[in-house]
Amino acid sequence: MPIVEKSKKQTRQILYNFAFLDDVAKREIRRKILKAVAVPGYQVPFGSREMPIARGWGTGGLQITLSLIEPSDTLKVIDQGCDYSVNAVNIKKFVQAVTGVRITTDTTEATLIQTRHRIPEEPMTEDQILVLQVPYPEALREVEPSEQKTRAMHAEGDYGRMWLFLYEDIIHYGEVRLSYRYPVLVNNKYIMDPSPIPRWDVPKLNMARTLFLFGAGREKRIYAVPPYTSVEPLQFEDHPFRVESFAGKRCERCGAEDTYLDEIIAEDGVTRHYYCSDTSFCDKRRRT
Amino acid sequence: MKPLLKVSRLSKRYGNGCLFCANENGAGLVGNQCPHCKSVFACRDVSFDLFPDEVLGIVGESGSGKSTLVRLLHFEEEATGGEVFLNASTGEEKSQNVLALGPFAKRQLRNRKFGIVYQNPQMGLRMDVSAGGNVAEKLLAAGWRNVGLIRERAGELLKKTEIPLSRMDEAPRNFSGGMQQRVQIAKALSNKPRILLLDEVTTGLDLSVQARVLDLIKNLQRELKLSALVVSHDLGVIRLLCHRTIVMRYGRVVESGLTDQILEDPQHPYTQLLVSSRL
Repeated sequence: MPIVEKSKKQTRQILYNFAFLDDVAKREIRRKILKAVAVPGYQVPFGSREMPIARGWGTGGLQITLSLIEPSDTLKVIDQGCDYSVNAVNIKKFVQAVTGVRITTDTTEATLIQTRHRIPEEPMTEDQILVLQVPYPEALREVEPSEQKTRAMHAEGDYGRMWLFLYEDIIHYGEVRLSYRYPVLVNNKYIMDPSPIPRWDVPKLNMARTLFLFGAGREKRIYAVPPYTSVEPLQFEDHPFRVESFAGKRCERCGAEDTYLDEIIAEDGVTRHYYCSDTSFCDKRRRT
Repeated sequence: MKPLLKVSRLSKRYGNGCLFCANENGAGLVGNQCPHCKSVFACRDVSFDLFPDEVLGIVGESGSGKSTLVRLLHFEEEATGGEVFLNASTGEEKSQNVLALGPFAKRQLRNRKFGIVYQNPQMGLRMDVSAGGNVAEKLLAAGWRNVGLIRERAGELLKKTEIPLSRMDEAPRNFSGGMQQRVQIAKALSNKPRILLLDEVTTGLDLSVQARVLDLIKNLQRELKLSALVVSHDLGVIRLLCHRTIVMRYGRVVESGLTDQILEDPQHPYTQLLVSSRL
């Protein structure tokens, strides 16, 4: 469905396709998404297009969003839990301009959510899709710089070095030091980078009701976690994975004690304030 | 007794090869190179058996194909011809040409059945990972997921190879050459291999350290009932460790037999030269 912009006197030529991407691009990306869903955790290469925002600013997620979106969709875009930060607002405005879909900040209302580095606090359903923006899709990059080799490592299930990396952390520091991008094993097969979500969000991927799609525009990779797929953080029997602890702290706006909190240091440089990272959830709790 | 490892006409050619070097059975080669197509034959029709608990020596000058042979057996390079059969000691697995397996199966086999010690510790060790971590790597790859148990096993092996446990969490970069070599041996033994591949393990170490490393290998071999392939150009090492020996030159086996026999009564002119030129 072409978007037509009316100027003063005449109807101008078609400016661009519905949802900006041309049909060939959309078809390719949808096919790659299907493949990614069929092989959970496997990084499918795709022809990442030039977008009106720079690579590294969510172009992977944006291309997935644009190739999936329909006029009847309701879109929510968040950036580290916030609906109103620059990246989220820009993407939201852009998608609305090229599709005219309804925009929301309510997680339960949205049919399609694009996110950077957070999974919403409110549980999502089978009818929703979460699109995550990914800067570095390769979880093994920490231990192997060569792409050719990491692909062979995935193919052969050669994950000894990744485990060694975690083992060394435990030996030297008593715990794995990764606070975000914590590697997970998907469907007992591939090690996957869950994008830079905090540890807090990692358990939400496991056996979830929602489809998770991951897009890395600069690195030209799409991968997916389909609904009801096992996603386990890499952990040792005697050193289990644990999420961030906010014991004794609560959100100063809504009083929540069970959410992922942002720590804000006040201007005096001493006082620390805590607020929900998921702003729309926080607002909702304040209203009720 | 059935051989543990049966190598049959194993060949490795670098280059495309041509009709001349394919048909002449190596007779027309200059050294190990074909004068027509310039292909180099690092190994050519190498056949031997390795029996359980046996130590087999491979001697030859540098460039004779000894190290290539080890790399072929450790699946680090693709052979251009020949077959390798590996028999499980229990006999439940059928004998199969392991060179025909896929990369995944080869990796599994390498992780389970083989241990390797290189001349240069930098090839066998991760210098910036702790000594314990180096030993643990194969265990982690084999699915060990308990840090306590892994450390116990790594500690056991390091103790066996005379590395003080106080240095277990230190990187081998900080170790002396002899210590690095002993960490390598501990790493090679971590997965309880059936076959140990030793590629010039003592070259580059001073004499007293050489003696201790050789002593260690000999004791471990007896204690753990390992089969080993010892590659060396040092006849002293071969005499000390090996039951049987094969002599290689230009990628071919020129003589094979009991070690004493080869060293005391060499038959092939090249072996005679090799033995007589010993210092």
